[in-house]
Amino acid sequence: MVFSIPKDSQSVSELKEFYRQMVLIRKFEEAAAKAYSVGKIGGFLHLYIGQEAVGVGSIAALTPKDYIVSTYRDHGHALARGLNPKPLMAELFGKGTGISKGNGGSMHFFDRNAHFMGGHGIVGGHISLAAGIAFASKYKKEDSVTICFFGEGAANIGSFHEGLNLAAIWKLPVVFICENNHYAMGTPEYRALAVKDVSVRAYAYDMARDHIEGDEVRKVKDHVQVAVERARRGEGPTLIEVSTYRFRGHSMSDPAKYRTKEELEAYKKKDPLMRARHELELGGIKTEELDKMDLEIQSQIDEAYQYAETSPEPPLSQLHKYVYAEDK
Amino acid sequence: MAILTYREALNRAMVEEMEKDLSIYLMGEEVGHYQGAYKVSQGMLDKFGEERVIDTPISENGFAGIGVGSAMVGLRPIIEFMTWNFSLVAIDQIINSAAKMNYMSGGQFPMPIVFRGAGGAGGRLGAQHSQAFESWYAHCPGLKVVCPATPKDAYGLLKSSIRDNNPTIFIESEVLYGSKGEVPEQEFTIPLGLGEIKRKGTDITLVTWSRALGFAEEAAGILEKEGISVEIVDLRSLRPLDENLIYESVKKTNRAVVVEEGWPVAGFGAQIAYLIQKNAFSYLDHPVERVTQMDVPMSYAANLERLSLPNATRVADTIREMLQ
Repeated sequence: MVFSIPKDSQSVSELKEFYRQMVLIRKFEEAAAKAYSVGKIGGFLHLYIGQEAVGVGSIAALTPKDYIVSTYRDHGHALARGLNPKPLMAELFGKGTGISKGNGGSMHFFDRNAHFMGGHGIVGGHISLAAGIAFASKYKKEDSVTICFFGEGAANIGSFHEGLNLAAIWKLPVVFICENNHYAMGTPEYRALAVKDVSVRAYAYDMARDHIEGDEVRKVKDHVQVAVERARRGEGPTLIEVSTYRFRGHSMSDPAKYRTKEELEAYKKKDPLMRARHELELGGIKTEELDKMDLEIQSQIDEAYQYAETSPEPPLSQLHKYVYAEDK
Repeated sequence: MAILTYREALNRAMVEEMEKDLSIYLMGEEVGHYQGAYKVSQGMLDKFGEERVIDTPISENGFAGIGVGSAMVGLRPIIEFMTWNFSLVAIDQIINSAAKMNYMSGGQFPMPIVFRGAGGAGGRLGAQHSQAFESWYAHCPGLKVVCPATPKDAYGLLKSSIRDNNPTIFIESEVLYGSKGEVPEQEFTIPLGLGEIKRKGTDITLVTWSRALGFAEEAAGILEKEGISVEIVDLRSLRPLDENLIYESVKKTNRAVVVEEGWPVAGFGAQIAYLIQKNAFSYLDHPVERVTQMDVPMSYAANLERLSLPNATRVADTIREMLQ
């Protein structure tokens, strides 16, 4: 493995911040997995562990006015956007203090103020929503860019084709980021994709494309930045495929027996957190400092867990609230 | 008072609203250069330009999703489905995105979007182009469902739908586009959820909406000559539903029949029949009856299409039996 050593203080501090965010995501999800296993979290819980560099690197290329549309695997994207882990954990626990007031759960984190436009649970359905948000930016002549995450499984649904085609013909300011973790639930990509490189589908829409490895967080940021700037200049959408891997099953209910131990171990050697940590050490950061950072993040997650656990459930009067919006 | 066609009334409503609010745009197949597949958007491209009257490729799921996404950030889209039959390839966006967005986000994302277009059975268009979808959409909380039967109602209800902060399913009757009626020249709106007594009567309450209002009125005319007085309740919107208007009428007539264009099984008329027996049971002299389309896909053959659709004769026969 070739390591990219941060050479100046700016790149050290950038990588340190990325490392911090990735550890935050990892520890948040480990805590969530624990809560799930003891029945404090219900429903589906799709963890992002292993893919952290994709969300962190991509979202680092955005400004606060830009929009993020996420999938059912949305915890990492929300944390990378800087959302407070407390209301996120509370949402997983189904509490009234949750980011979606307990109505959303794991797959439906929303934060209007942060331009975090939702985790969406229907695979691929959100791709055209992202195009719609980008459409609105263009319509209102604002220079916001929308990025849309999805997995390679979503690339096979009609909404992917329709969303990309419309975004391309109207030159919408949107970046489509396919997080290819090589399995759509238990179906490996070779049984689902006629052409394994999802990014080449961009040619079908006369769209810019990129393909990157997702274990190197700064590289993800640099590449996504190019696409974001292209979109902001009004030059239209980009399809980026980021090759990544999830260390856990599709969700907590999946023991992931469809892949070999050897495969998993090989990918774990490319863990983006380990890589970032090693590169920081090569860049002169002491192990003790990184250990201290890990501990601080762990206590932040412990606090979030405690907050979620002790928060009240939503009031029963909330059942009928929000079905319809208030009048204009 | 101007005489307008149903399509002209819809056009006027959209034009007036778009003149007032720049966040409203119209999107769909052939709405612009072609001037609308059913000419509802005639002249709007010239008036508002390509940025606000937007032709799409054949991509219902895609442009429905674009509408929903844009509504999340403050635009007020009007999404035209050339016919509601094609909405089925966009139903994921309508149900899973539009209807649920505000709820699952804990009230963060109101959804001011109108999905509109032609519905119901046409002249021998066959199984895939002749069906009524209001029961399908009325099933889903989070949506509002509007089915106007007259030009005046089409105008007033479309304006309210555009101004509403919720996703509205606005189903226009394909066969009514050319029908004419009085529409006041002064601007007005009709609140969603407000039905109207279209004909006063004393012997039986006929509950209906959209095209079936025509069957109801024709039947009422026939029965009047036989000394039977029919009261017609036009619901105009199914969600929200003007329940009290139905009960008040049933309390007076003690009998009710629901006339609708759709299929009988799990149709909206079943819900109305349930509500009447639940909330006005002691006023009923007869079980609530229904006149619906037959429980089969639509045939192309002219005689079978006629047989399949509800009509005034079937309505009149049903009422006579109920009064025996």
